[in-house]
Amino acid sequence: MANRITVIENIFSANDQIAEKNRELLTQSRLFSINLMASPGAGKTSLIEQTVKSLSGQYRLAVIDGDIATNLDAERAAAAGALAVQINTGGECHLDALMVQNALNSLPLPSLDFLIVENVGNLVCPASFKLGVHKNVLIASIPEGDDKPYKYPGMFQSVDVMVINKIDLLPYIPFRMDYFLKGVEILNPGIQVFQLSCTSREGLESWLNWIVEQIASFREEVSR
Amino acid sequence: MVLTMHELSVTENLLEIALRHAQQANAKRIIRLHLVVGQLSSIIDDSVNFYWDIIAKGTIAETAELEFRRIPATFECLDCHTQYIPESDHYECSHCNSANVRLIKGQEFFLESMDVE
Repeated sequence: MANRITVIENIFSANDQIAEKNRELLTQSRLFSINLMASPGAGKTSLIEQTVKSLSGQYRLAVIDGDIATNLDAERAAAAGALAVQINTGGECHLDALMVQNALNSLPLPSLDFLIVENVGNLVCPASFKLGVHKNVLIASIPEGDDKPYKYPGMFQSVDVMVINKIDLLPYIPFRMDYFLKGVEILNPGIQVFQLSCTSREGLESWLNWIVEQIASFREEVSR
Repeated sequence: MVLTMHELSVTENLLEIALRHAQQANAKRIIRLHLVVGQLSSIIDDSVNFYWDIIAKGTIAETAELEFRRIPATFECLDCHTQYIPESDHYECSHCNSANVRLIKGQEFFLESMDVE
């Protein structure tokens, strides 16, 4: 006799549990952390380079770099002044909490101030896999077009803060900023958006200030 | 068929959940899994089925069918309370055109129930 049993269990639960452990470990280590997500070529590594160069005098930084096969990104992060760990995902389209847990084990967490996790370039899969970091950041860029919030709502909805990179290209590319921002605002009401260019450095200051503020308020929270 | 990798870990997680609940219910065989999958959850049914056939082999879920109930991305208007599936290029309310709207469905991915014996 067949009978039906009710389950109702989230299928990402195994990943979510490891992400929760990562979060506890990072918080105990007083290490503020962000997860950078974007499509390939949006400027994840460039933003990391600029951020590390500007903040490495003030903070001890580390970068965990997700890449399908190479360690080019980790080399760029290390050259800019961060401690860098490469995760080769071997074809995986995203980082998951277990990969990050393994990478955390190879870092001197208590002696670090700020950790950047660079996810695999992809606007779909990384949104579903929590890593356990403190803030999730999405980078979009002008050449990708203004329709991205409408094509990838899951990603735009899942993040805490957004960067629009390559604004120096706005005069050359048809990009309706109002249309783009309207979609973002509907999916993620009140989200903070930084418009900047890693090439001209325009707008970079506000992004860096945001990180400094976030680290300060994080420290205040964990020392309570 | 394009096989995306991440369905492998997702399918392993699904099998673990199914076997655990079947054991709790003292089931001898899992006949069918009822899955709820939101349109935005980045899960491809074919890929899950492909991996399921491989990893469920030799378990009490070996012959189980996977049934996917798809939930479209659905918005609700906070002004006129219409629930609607938006056009592909804008999100405004289909009834009153308000932009004061919220995404309410479409990100689900869970095992709702199982038929067992």
